[in-house]
Amino acid sequence: MTFREKTSAPADRSITSGGSRGNGTAKKAVWEYAPSAESTEHIQLRDRYDLFINGKWVKTRKYFPTINPATEEKIAEAAWASKVDVNRAVLAAEKAYNNVWSKTSPKERAKYIFRIARIMQEKAREFAVIETMDGGKPIKESKSVDVPLALAHFFYYAGWADKLKYAFPNQQFSSIGVVGQIIPWNFPLLMAAWKIAPALACGNTVVIKSAETTPLTLYKLAEVFQEAGLPDGVVNILSGAGDTGAAIVNHPKVKKIAFTGSTEVGKLIMRSVAGTSKKLTMELGGKAANIIMEDAPIDQAIEGIINGIYFNQGHVCCAGSRLFVQESIKQIVVKKLKHRLKSLRVGDPLDKNTDVGAINSKMQLKKITELVNSGVDEGCTLYQPECRLPDKGFWFKPSFFTNVAQSNRIAQEEIFGPVLSVLTFRTPKEAIEKANNTQYGLSAGIWTDKGSKIFKMVGAIKAGVVWSNTYNKFNPASPFGGYKESGFGREGGLQGLKEYLNF
Amino acid sequence: MNMNPALRNLDSLHPAVDETGVKERAAAIAGRSVKKESKVAAIKMAVSMIDLTTLEGKDSAGKVHAMCQKAKFPLEGAPEIPHVAAVCVYPNLIRTAKSALEGSGVKVASVATSFPSGQSPMKLKVEEVRKVVQMGADEVDMVISRGEFLEGNYDYTFKEVQAIKEACGEAHLKVILETGELETFDNVRRASLISMLAGADFIKTSTGKVQPAATLPVTLVMLEAIRDFYNETGKIIGMKPAGGIKTTKDAISYLCLVKETLGDMWLTPDLFRMGASSLLNDLLMQYRKEQSGVYQSAEYFTND
Repeated sequence: MTFREKTSAPADRSITSGGSRGNGTAKKAVWEYAPSAESTEHIQLRDRYDLFINGKWVKTRKYFPTINPATEEKIAEAAWASKVDVNRAVLAAEKAYNNVWSKTSPKERAKYIFRIARIMQEKAREFAVIETMDGGKPIKESKSVDVPLALAHFFYYAGWADKLKYAFPNQQFSSIGVVGQIIPWNFPLLMAAWKIAPALACGNTVVIKSAETTPLTLYKLAEVFQEAGLPDGVVNILSGAGDTGAAIVNHPKVKKIAFTGSTEVGKLIMRSVAGTSKKLTMELGGKAANIIMEDAPIDQAIEGIINGIYFNQGHVCCAGSRLFVQESIKQIVVKKLKHRLKSLRVGDPLDKNTDVGAINSKMQLKKITELVNSGVDEGCTLYQPECRLPDKGFWFKPSFFTNVAQSNRIAQEEIFGPVLSVLTFRTPKEAIEKANNTQYGLSAGIWTDKGSKIFKMVGAIKAGVVWSNTYNKFNPASPFGGYKESGFGREGGLQGLKEYLNF
Repeated sequence: MNMNPALRNLDSLHPAVDETGVKERAAAIAGRSVKKESKVAAIKMAVSMIDLTTLEGKDSAGKVHAMCQKAKFPLEGAPEIPHVAAVCVYPNLIRTAKSALEGSGVKVASVATSFPSGQSPMKLKVEEVRKVVQMGADEVDMVISRGEFLEGNYDYTFKEVQAIKEACGEAHLKVILETGELETFDNVRRASLISMLAGADFIKTSTGKVQPAATLPVTLVMLEAIRDFYNETGKIIGMKPAGGIKTTKDAISYLCLVKETLGDMWLTPDLFRMGASSLLNDLLMQYRKEQSGVYQSAEYFTND
């Protein structure tokens, strides 16, 4: 919709004084942002992606379509790696480890990783557009978060490759060998970077599998590896489903598994590697508490709530899905939250002004819908802003529940969608108790103007990451990971290097 | 601490502001993509919201007269471009402006209260305001006494605005906080709330004589104060960032800020103004570019 001129001549421009206004005002002019879609012309995609094994594109028997969740149109086909393919990939990685990568000097390894980062940087826009098309996230986010952070991880770990003995002074360590990595669909490229960069820096070779709904950017990354001249077999990229993942996990030559995904699958993996010598890092689900104290800067806290739960449609393991508001400010916070939700722009993920994009898959939409229905059935109050959703594709309005108790299903289970539960507390002690009363412990947020409160709360909350007066901030130098059923092991920072070395 | 009963409301309006968060939010809104027809509409709207300003010691009748012509007809041969909202001048030039603008719909705003420092006795300031209104100013742009405010003398600030408002009579009052001197966002929010409680019709960032003048983050803080004040009292207050808004891109960012913070209702010259001098020609240049597809030399646009 575009701006409509005022119909009446702008003769009467008097400023009515501070009292009531609006009476007698001519027809209201509405100024809207015109559609501003990111161009897709410059991207290069194949119709079909084979597996990337030993530096070559390898065909397999089965392929599956990958669709754009915003339009339900097929973008390309991707290979469904079988057990045989996985074996081939692991053997290629083993050979590359023994013959090439373990003999490559750390300084040379660093050069390759720097080169990868720089090539990614050159292709940043293409990566962002493909990430958005394949996953449904707003282009604004893939451009400003996913891609820059992914390449920042490569830059960061490239720097460590030849300085490992300074990272771990007076310790004996060695690389592990072939590592198996399984990544989720919410941040495909970023999660790949989190896993591949430290693995390579430490001298390991990799077999990595993308998620079923988002294989494309990982295959684009394979093209970057080719362009960078990374030796064949150092990184092998597969796509497929649960059976592919299981074959990687159970392969005897895989020495370590790094998994990011649901707690449910994480438990399956832990069961299957129990009794073996495989190393594990698990980055699993979450149900983060975002705690707003009564002395918080409220308008900025509102932004933190929005960013915490509606960023990437809430498909974020560290999403601030449980909002804890001090009772004295509950009304004002809920009121402001409602107001803010109205200005969220839901729609075409490729539009530069879109704030909330498409739900990643039909399956995920079904899960979100089911959980939201349970909230309504259990008597919680649902709020959704009025907004028109596109006819095709998978969409869910940004939503929040009030009248939520800790015992409600929506307050306990990870929804992994744009749905917030608003709970209240009376004292800091109660906030801490409630925040910790969950099987998860990945992240949390604390909002207060008082520094002493921040330190007290941060120390008491059992979560791997606690943000204060901000939310969802990431940096390659800062370790990320969970407590309890949110997983173990850390990614990012020095701690992230440790996971890819034997001591 | 606040003796004035009207200021008891202040704490319930939650004065804390987080600087990092404000800057992030302002930058996010400034990142909006406004193109094609919505850009053309934004340019026209921005022109209609300008307070075309000259505030210099060397201002003369000739200068002001010329500027008033520009205010009435910003772009030769483009009647679809609206006139600006007002011209803003020193008291001595009110009469010149008034006669030049007669019947045009462009308002005359005058700065007052020992602009820009505000460092003179309250009695004199009130007197000055009465005088400028008598001389025909439709709008009065006052400055608060920053010294008193920074001493924590909020009661003084309240009473000052209140007295000036009373002296304004029918004229509309814009209260300049001079945010560059208040420095912190907490101060800006508090000064905004006090001014609104005391009867401001508009709150305004800066005199243009102190750096930094208007910025997106400081404007966001003031817009949020306006929104909260509206929610609390039902009173609708206008906003005027002034100083340093030079480009079309800047102006559009401000419009986005208003749209997303206060809503479409505030996107009118009655409630949103931009104090500027060089902005107008950049808007016109961008307008021509949207029409013809090419940029014209700055020399095709008259300075006043």
